[in-house]
Amino acid sequence: MTTSETGRPPAGPKSGARRGVLKRLMADYGQEIVVFAAILALFVVVTAINPRFVSANNLTSIFSGNAYIAVAAIGMSMVIVTGNIDVSVGALIGVLATISGTLAVSGYPNWVAWFFPVLVGMAVMGVQGVLVAYARIPSIVVTLGMLSILRGGLISVTGGTWISNLPADFLIAQKRLFDIPVPLVAMVVLTLLAAAWMRYFPFGRSLYALGGNPEAAVATGIPAERRIVAVFVIHGFFAGLATILFATQLQVIQSTVPPNLELTIITASVIGGVSILGGSGTVIGSTLAAILFATIGSALIFTNVSAYWLRAVIGLLILATVLADMLRRRRTR
Amino acid sequence: MTVRSIFRHETFLALLLVVALVVLSFQSDRFFTTANLLNQGRLMTETGLIAIAMTLVIATGGIDLSVGSILGLTAILVGVFWKSLGLPLPAAILAALASGTLAGFGNGIIVTRFGVPPLIATLATLALYRGLAEGISEARSVRGYPDWFYGLGQGEVLDVPTQLWLLLAAAATGAVILGYTRWGRAIYAIGANEVAARFSGLSVEKTKIALYTASGFASALAAVIFVSRVSTTRSDMGTGIELDAITAVVLGGTSIFGGRGTVLGTVLGLCLIQALKNGLSLAGVKGDGTTMLIGVVLILAILASNLFERGGTR
Repeated sequence: MTTSETGRPPAGPKSGARRGVLKRLMADYGQEIVVFAAILALFVVVTAINPRFVSANNLTSIFSGNAYIAVAAIGMSMVIVTGNIDVSVGALIGVLATISGTLAVSGYPNWVAWFFPVLVGMAVMGVQGVLVAYARIPSIVVTLGMLSILRGGLISVTGGTWISNLPADFLIAQKRLFDIPVPLVAMVVLTLLAAAWMRYFPFGRSLYALGGNPEAAVATGIPAERRIVAVFVIHGFFAGLATILFATQLQVIQSTVPPNLELTIITASVIGGVSILGGSGTVIGSTLAAILFATIGSALIFTNVSAYWLRAVIGLLILATVLADMLRRRRTR
Repeated sequence: MTVRSIFRHETFLALLLVVALVVLSFQSDRFFTTANLLNQGRLMTETGLIAIAMTLVIATGGIDLSVGSILGLTAILVGVFWKSLGLPLPAAILAALASGTLAGFGNGIIVTRFGVPPLIATLATLALYRGLAEGISEARSVRGYPDWFYGLGQGEVLDVPTQLWLLLAAAATGAVILGYTRWGRAIYAIGANEVAARFSGLSVEKTKIALYTASGFASALAAVIFVSRVSTTRSDMGTGIELDAITAVVLGGTSIFGGRGTVLGTVLGLCLIQALKNGLSLAGVKGDGTTMLIGVVLILAILASNLFERGGTR
């Protein structure tokens, strides 16, 4: 790195007590504010061009269509905060969705079809956590291997066939709770709980310590190995919950997940301000980034930009956000 | 970290390769034949070129996730420059190669001048370059190239697939640079301790820009070979090839944290993966089963290498 800084220090309740409220907000949640401002700006511009952008239907699709990415990014953010990474989560979500759908059409109760895959996700991630923490294999290597295993396993088991005839009750992502789409409720509640847990609870804060300075963390008595395994298991839990939202949003479950899903999830974490070097960032940022991606996708449709240029524009915006963040950090340093 | 530990990993890998070759040749008569092995060399060239450049990038502690997207973009540009802009095909190929190289140079600038961590920088350009490929091509493929062009991807020179010569040349160049020149030592120094490398007066930024540019060039070259081999250009070419290349590099013993690794190891890793893919498919195992096995081999190889290394250094 040309910047010796590893990002913001972990945002503690007492950090910067003597500074102004605004400055403190900017220091603790700078990237979150940048992403939020980008979403707001997009809304203003696109609504001016096409007022139907803010119709109830479109807002629903923006906020709930990508909710599973936001939920998966919560666990991913925790993993990245500890200085690790996981490239297997996209393939895992595909495998769990197939398990979930198979259980649902085989006549198991819905709660089994929803939550058994969550347990499988926690187990798979737990194994990876053990390999990272105790066998000391770098997380990118472990998860790259697991990506191959899961991807190959999924196709050889399903043979590429889709699961259809899902029971109507199973499709929970299409339901509403107090007239609010379930995925939106899940995304907001899970994000706030996870953010609070990471900021105010000793276990959550120890993740920042492990990512920021592992040796110092161990010296202060944090059981590093067990925490790493735990954070992977928690990541598996969120991947499982993301699967419930993903698998129940359509009438069928495909044997494939969107290409590069793991990279989209990692990008959401990183654009949301989680330092890839570990030690800083919040899940509020990653959820905002997931919403930003959905907003961009929808904005392009409503401004009649050719669908072929969708990914180029998203790529350009991601790059702009990253560069803006680097410049902002240099200035506040 | 010592020369001995590098030697150990590669010896271990070579043994694994020999075992795989022996076992697989018992599984099928068609496996251990010159024709089949040369054809496998043809198939691994694209990943191989990218993996060799990736070895040098990872040895500095960096990574390049955008290689598959650069491949797709370059492939599309070959078609666009030739068919839409009407350039003669050789000029179109050169222009496309230059564009892919420029894309790599862009990565280098973002990483060094802006100080963006390589993983994020190339994650962003992965989306950007693939998006450009999709936007420019509008999902149309270009076919009908002149016959001479197919000589690169489908022909032979001295009874060996044309592109295999390119792969050999690239491997030799990479191995010499990394193993025997001061640039190679600078790469290891940057990967081992970047701050120390900078204070020793090494031109860290220039080295990194050169390597990301080289990675872009390797991806672009792979794209031209790919187009010539499959006779068409499509915007989704090379999707996921970054993970295949990284798997080969890591299997080859290059530390993902930088400072350690050899091109020989990467080539051994490539051969092992390709032998498994081919041998198992001849033995009747489906491609998906092979993908699973490669994942297992990757994890076990690093696990075993870790255990040996600890046993050896203590």
